[in-house]
Amino acid sequence: MKKLRLIAGVLALGLAVTACGGAKVEDDSNAAPSAAGSAAASAAGTVKIAVNPWVGYEADAAVLAYLMEHELGNKVEKVTLAEEPSWQGMESGDVDVVIENWGHEDLKKKYIEEKKVAVEAGSTGNKGVIGWYVPEWMAQKYPDITDYKNLNKYADLFKTSESGGKGQLLDGDPSYVTNDEALVKNLKLDYKVVYAGSEAALIKAAKQATDQKKPLLMYFYEPQWLFNQVKLVKINLPAWEEGCDSDPKKVACDYPPYDLDKIVSKKFADTGGKAYDLVKNFQWTNDDQNAVADDMTNNGMSAEDAAKKWVEANTAKWQAWIAK
Amino acid sequence: MSAPVRTAPPPSSPAPPVPGPARARRLVRWAAPAAGVVAVVALYAVFHGTAVLPHDDDAVLFHWLNDARDWVDANRNSSPIFLYVVNYIRLGVAELYTLVQGGLVALGWPGLIGLAAGLGWLAGGWRIALVAAAGLAGVGVLGFWEASVDTLALTLSAVALSLLIGIPLGIWAGRSARVRRIVTPVLDVMQIMPTFSYLSPILLVFLIGPASATIATMIYAMPPAIRITALAVQRVPGVTVEASESLGATGRQTLLKVRLPLALNTIMLGVNQTIAAALSMVPLVALIAAPGLGVDLIRALARVNVGAALVPGVAIVLIAIVLDRVTRSAARRREGGSRARAVRWGGLAVLTALGITLTQALAPEFPERWQVQVVRPINDVVDWIEAHWYVFTGFLNDTVAYGLLNPLQDVLTSAPWWLVTAAVLGFAWRVSGPAAGLVAAACLAGVAALHLWEHGMETLTIVLVASLITIAVGLALGVAAGRSRWFAAGLRPVLDAAQTMPSFSYLLPAVALFGNGRFTAIVASLIYAVPVVARLVEDGLRAVPATVIEAARSAGSTDRQVLWKVQLPMARNSLLLAANQGIVMTLAMVVIGALVGAGALGYDVVAGIAQQEDYGKGFAAGVALVLLGVMLDRITQGAHGRRSPHKKRNE
Repeated sequence: MKKLRLIAGVLALGLAVTACGGAKVEDDSNAAPSAAGSAAASAAGTVKIAVNPWVGYEADAAVLAYLMEHELGNKVEKVTLAEEPSWQGMESGDVDVVIENWGHEDLKKKYIEEKKVAVEAGSTGNKGVIGWYVPEWMAQKYPDITDYKNLNKYADLFKTSESGGKGQLLDGDPSYVTNDEALVKNLKLDYKVVYAGSEAALIKAAKQATDQKKPLLMYFYEPQWLFNQVKLVKINLPAWEEGCDSDPKKVACDYPPYDLDKIVSKKFADTGGKAYDLVKNFQWTNDDQNAVADDMTNNGMSAEDAAKKWVEANTAKWQAWIAK
Repeated sequence: MSAPVRTAPPPSSPAPPVPGPARARRLVRWAAPAAGVVAVVALYAVFHGTAVLPHDDDAVLFHWLNDARDWVDANRNSSPIFLYVVNYIRLGVAELYTLVQGGLVALGWPGLIGLAAGLGWLAGGWRIALVAAAGLAGVGVLGFWEASVDTLALTLSAVALSLLIGIPLGIWAGRSARVRRIVTPVLDVMQIMPTFSYLSPILLVFLIGPASATIATMIYAMPPAIRITALAVQRVPGVTVEASESLGATGRQTLLKVRLPLALNTIMLGVNQTIAAALSMVPLVALIAAPGLGVDLIRALARVNVGAALVPGVAIVLIAIVLDRVTRSAARRREGGSRARAVRWGGLAVLTALGITLTQALAPEFPERWQVQVVRPINDVVDWIEAHWYVFTGFLNDTVAYGLLNPLQDVLTSAPWWLVTAAVLGFAWRVSGPAAGLVAAACLAGVAALHLWEHGMETLTIVLVASLITIAVGLALGVAAGRSRWFAAGLRPVLDAAQTMPSFSYLLPAVALFGNGRFTAIVASLIYAVPVVARLVEDGLRAVPATVIEAARSAGSTDRQVLWKVQLPMARNSLLLAANQGIVMTLAMVVIGALVGAGALGYDVVAGIAQQEDYGKGFAAGVALVLLGVMLDRITQGAHGRRSPHKKRNE
């Protein structure tokens, strides 16, 4: 009995301390080591940038982090996360910035319109393309392979130990934006989607397919530095039209052209000050991103060194992003 | 599924002429299982292709789970359960983590090394102090100081919470047989659960972030704390307790002054095991946005960068060694009077003070010029192997895939579900008794009810093939080590190292060698599970009394006969336990293999975390994994009965 009373007392005390309103999830960003500039807008606080798992995204994040740390005096925390959990992070207070968002209309509806915990912060200037690719030598050897209607004819070429007797369509990280399983089903293709697990695994497969002339059909995307090294040819899927991909189970058309954009948490938009302005103004080209990504991947540079190199070579560009 | 295992030739008995009735009895003993195998094969031949359960992404259950998730999402800030319970837990745990992490950072690197050395001194004298200081300094030298502090903070918070809940529960279970009966099966399941299954529910209730990571780690790390505490309290001699009670002590006094002090050393062992379990969660919780070394591991995995994955792996090992040695020596009873105690506490104070003083003087970050770069040389070696062994590794991959994986998978996915379930029931019944058989069959039926039959069979295929190879290799190594002291001495450090590395680190070399796919997951699980199997086999063989072996030899047995007729049969329980542990560990690793393209249930879980519309499927897959784990465990539980906490797999 004594114990019960004690527990009740502790509970009551706990409730009283937290002002008896119950706790909402975003409250904890106050408790976290580093609220995103929760004080005045001028105070350069900590910015939590989500880092999604592909190098193009990391390049964006690297340059942004470099500028925040060296020009604005913010502290930057990079939170390694997949795309959709990053949106959840804006609700829970673990993420302030998603710097390269690929579409995700459903998430925009949920987190921006309904929950009102995130806001859009404009285009990054990068044009995104998603599609299916084969190495160039295959397109030369089998000229009609680039039409999806002929893929079944060549399915045997793409068989592997993992594809269960069908042709293999190699996909990347399970967290990427993809309609491939629905496409294979709805276009009646004799293929199986096999997940390589990461961007690097896709790149490795593309390099091997080119060097060793091994057949390969894979999911890939631009901007990507690999296109400067390895020639890949895109397969023509049924053309994309507005709304043809609105039901993810019934998709039978190509991926839309993506205008990659930035999403920030509501809290960061309200209190982020100069750091928020920098995110909003950040805009560059696919070539810019590829240059930084290439340095990070192939020239043995750390993210910070690669960002530094780009920043020093492109002063005019980034100075326009920083609010006076 | 059991057919390939069951049809292995029964131990041939060529030697002694068997008298009539005995032979008949032996015949009868083998007739039933043989008839069972024949029946299964015949039924498969007739019914294959019928009553199969092809995978359907659109199953009603998945949609229902998605709706449940949506409800939680919509009511997270309004439902009283969340407002007054769940969110407070999340807040409190986040606060605890922040506090611990802030404290460790504030100490500075010299302060933390000093404190660790001081605690080492307190626990075990200068040797342990040296280990602690060198271990933590090593983490800095590898260039992972900051991430390691985050990992340490997460581990310590989770362990503190585990003990806070686990020790009282353990004391309760130790004193009440009824509580023990309820708690034991729950703990059994918790320890069989692949770590992946924890993530979806945790994500749903607590969202992402360090708080959820701490909670997931805490849940995973708690079972050893409960088990060992219960065991320790039970083992306190009844006479001592009676003496205390007869002297008029109250129950509370007996607990605090008699039971607990006597059990303390054993409980420290529980702490030790809890820490080991917590550290093994480090890489996984990086998937739900926990900071620390896991992030570096996951990122290296995404970049297929072996060197970059190995180094944080080594850092985790160093932390594990430091925590292990300090807690282990703390578990030993220390002799000496008040003077020795003064020396111990004095050492702690001096070393800590020294560290903190240095913190004032030195740079706050671990000096860059003391860090060594090892990533590049490792990667050079890997590149060379990749370039030169390509033909060999490709051949191995294809042999296992086309020769073992694909045929077995075809059989399992084309057999009627009731036939597979019946075969499991029969096999488990025979090996481990009727109760085990019924539980195993029920688990399998559960997988079907979750609409994940086909993926379940795919996972089972990989697990079976991987376990077969693991047990074969482990048996060979264990037998060799059991027979030759020299071999055992050489093998031990290799096994030790393989056992402490976090399981994620094994994926990378396997990926580099074999590309992405199921075989990679098999190789990784091989490295992960073989050490434990080999060790259990070796221990089992060594436990066979020397007099028995001598007797066999004097009767004229050859070495081979001694092994097959005496040692292995007598070590039966150890072998069964080795098989059991090997299979359960293989399941855990195969699931993680989904990150490198091994597909099946593990992939469903990963996708469920990463893609909204797959949440329901991922959640169900997590449950299906638990069911598969329980099933495999029951089937192989065999004669050895209840497992003791010391046999718990540790990483």
